Amino acid sequence: MGDLLEVTDRGLYCAAGDFFVDPWRAVERAVVTHAHSDHASSGCGRYLSSTAGSNVLRARIGASATIDTLEYGEETSVGSVRISLHPAGHILGSAQVRLEHRGEVWVVSGDYKVEPDPTCAAFEAVRCHVFISESTFGLPVYQWRPDRETFAEIDAWWRANRDAGRASLLLGYSLGKAQRLLSGVDPSIGPIAVHGAVEAMTRAYRESGVALPATQPVSASERGHDWGGSLVIAPPGAHGTPWVRRFGDASVAFASGWMRIRGPRRRRAVERGFVLSDHADWPGLLAAIEATGAQRVLLTHGSVGPLCRFLRERGLDAGALATRYTGERDEVGDAAPSEDEPAVEPET
Amino acid sequence: MNRFSELHTRLDETTKTNVKIQALVDYFRTAPEADAAWAVWFLIGNRPKRIVARAELRSWAAAEAGIPEWLFDESYLAVGDMAETIALLLPAPESSEEISLHDLIEERLLPLRGADPAERRSAIRAIWSGFDERRRFVWNKLITGNFRVGVSRSLVIRALAEATGVNAPTIAHRLMGEWNPTPESFAALVSPASVETDATRPYPFFLAHPIEGDPAILGPAGDWQAEWKWDGIRAQLVRRGGATSLWTRGEELVTERYPEIEALGPHLPDGTVIDGELLPRKGDRVLPFHDLQRRIGRKTPGRKLLAEVPVWLMAYDLLEWDGVDHRGEPLEKRRAALGALAERLPKGSRLAVSEVLEADDWPALAAARSAAVRAGVEGLMLKRKGSAYGVGRKRGDWWKWKVDPRTIDAVLIGAQPGSGKRAGLYTDYTFGLWAEGELVTVAKAYSGLTDAEIREVDAFVRANTVARFGPVRMVEPRLVFELGFEGIQESTRHRSGVAVRFPRVLRRRDDKRADEANSVADLRAMIAVGEPMPPRSGMQTFFAFADDDDGDRPEADRAGPV
Repeated sequence: MGDLLEVTDRGLYCAAGDFFVDPWRAVERAVVTHAHSDHASSGCGRYLSSTAGSNVLRARIGASATIDTLEYGEETSVGSVRISLHPAGHILGSAQVRLEHRGEVWVVSGDYKVEPDPTCAAFEAVRCHVFISESTFGLPVYQWRPDRETFAEIDAWWRANRDAGRASLLLGYSLGKAQRLLSGVDPSIGPIAVHGAVEAMTRAYRESGVALPATQPVSASERGHDWGGSLVIAPPGAHGTPWVRRFGDASVAFASGWMRIRGPRRRRAVERGFVLSDHADWPGLLAAIEATGAQRVLLTHGSVGPLCRFLRERGLDAGALATRYTGERDEVGDAAPSEDEPAVEPET
Repeated sequence: MNRFSELHTRLDETTKTNVKIQALVDYFRTAPEADAAWAVWFLIGNRPKRIVARAELRSWAAAEAGIPEWLFDESYLAVGDMAETIALLLPAPESSEEISLHDLIEERLLPLRGADPAERRSAIRAIWSGFDERRRFVWNKLITGNFRVGVSRSLVIRALAEATGVNAPTIAHRLMGEWNPTPESFAALVSPASVETDATRPYPFFLAHPIEGDPAILGPAGDWQAEWKWDGIRAQLVRRGGATSLWTRGEELVTERYPEIEALGPHLPDGTVIDGELLPRKGDRVLPFHDLQRRIGRKTPGRKLLAEVPVWLMAYDLLEWDGVDHRGEPLEKRRAALGALAERLPKGSRLAVSEVLEADDWPALAAARSAAVRAGVEGLMLKRKGSAYGVGRKRGDWWKWKVDPRTIDAVLIGAQPGSGKRAGLYTDYTFGLWAEGELVTVAKAYSGLTDAEIREVDAFVRANTVARFGPVRMVEPRLVFELGFEGIQESTRHRSGVAVRFPRVLRRRDDKRADEANSVADLRAMIAVGEPMPPRSGMQTFFAFADDDDGDRPEADRAGPV
């Protein structure tokens, strides 16, 4: 008997229910963990998403998509497979997919983090036999500090720039990271403006009931607007484009887990790098994997090799799964993961 | 140490010269002399001899972090820096200790030399547990003998000048030679009064800027004095107070390594400083730099080596005579004095005066330069007539007009991750050329591409790996690159039988397929052997290698007084 899920050229396929989980091509039926583009392909016949994530998913893949929803913890059956979705703590609406078939339970983590994040439901460990886990930051050098310390740094940077009359341009992925930044900074420091791509996602967050401080779209400002003292949140792809010229002598910072390492920090040629990730760090991955109780663990992207070996040495049946979630990067030091490398998002 | 690690962070966070200078100025204005002395010593490139082996640090740090050593190694591959990897892996500090930089170095670091491993381990653990991540990083840099922070010596000098009001050339001169990191040395370094200089101290070397393209932008050729650009070791021979000192450009005192040059000393009048180049020369031809390397590391060369690789001083300039600093005088005056000095030397002295090439116009000089290529000299030096001997690499009066680098199209056959800024990206490339239907390694190079190209090649390497040897991935031979290099020589150490000097990537050749790349035979054909120098040179060259003049020459380890 084969595995409940297998990798095909279109994605993770469940034959027992004839559907895909996070397919990378358009398929008839797709269960989607979250709305990031390497997990949610447009053009599928039917989508299944968490209720919390349906707004952002629609904002990403198009208003006409057919999206079925499930509350977290609610169950449905497709073919002979029982499906339920559980919070992954990655971004708003992100879910782990639990599949049960003939008494065997598989969980697909999608992307996840275990630290609390006010913009989305907290990660919940789900007991299972087989756990398919991401491993973006699967090396012990990746350990995050508590959010409040990072946000204290960001606030101090913004305040110092404001006092020097400079704009603060903070780069972060437009879906998820940008809203987490908005919710974490101290809005009393100054006005906050956002790139068009960030604005669209922020709107979807607000419509889903997430409270965020007031923001102005950058495009709504007059030519010659004085950006000194403002915080501007934009996707990383905006860096170095003509769009940023309007901010003059802005201090540019990048918020990402990769900023933990000096090399990538310097390579980005930004003034500051803030270590803030929506992925689990090393202790987070280990804790999450252990909490599932799974004996078999399949790793998908990031530092698959080292984490795989580490888990095997701990007696687990660990292996690699060749997905395309970050372009088949399969080892340490991949400096260009999905969360940091969106295509340049045009201002809308 | 807080102050110093803050300086380190500020320097590390910026690429802007002004911001760096400001950080240094702030530091020098506030740091106690005892600390500032050590800071200067480190910042100008000195390093303590390594006190702890990397293997020890690796195993101690892995134990502290509670991870297996293989996982430490994997982490190191991702980070690309030993000191940083350790700082990131160690558990949170148990306490916070503040200790001054000089106490840290003098009381904690230096006494570890010669201590047994258990003692070293407990001392290092104690420091780790009292420092936060930032200070741990700097401390690890210090103990691994790998402290580097993207600040040049001249930047430090500028900042010292700005912080103290003493002019920069004075500070540069005071820093020459062996500079000991004591509070007294620092006070003397920045003293507004003139302080008595050390009798052995050389002058700061004047360095040339490369000239690209047409030299006619320099004005009429007649305004310039042209000389061959030799490839040896730039040096100053100092004779003062009856003693002789020979200094390399790396400010290493090498007098006893070159007894044949030291022997010139007694024939020089007191108060003489000659600027020149140490060249290996046998009979009437200059030997490859390769041969000079046999002399470089040898503290006391034996008779056999002295006979096989005799060294000469090719004199360029006379900086001091009769005990007076003549650097500000016109070039011609110094050259005349140098000529007169050389004539008074006894026959058989190992000193030659660099020839001045007479030419009426740029085409004539260009022809001489091309002839130099075939003979192996790396180009011409152009010095403005009437100019003074400056300090450092100042634009305007001295130019090096190198021959165009040679190029060849080679195939990318392997890569390994870079370090520092390029950590985690496959940027250290191995290139091959064809030989009997196979690609044979001819060069490793890791520079020359744009960031975007680096990413593309990185992606290519990951997607086209055919074999792995440790960190090295061998790849499908598909990408062709144009490599530039400055010298080729026969080599028994390379399978190709040829070694290139200073290889670098010039550009991608997407227009070429791998089978259209060059062959080892093509490369060999570029080796110029035994062609005579143009007439009048007086020296014949078999082959000479480029001197990039940037001081990265593998001279003996630059360990300082500690």
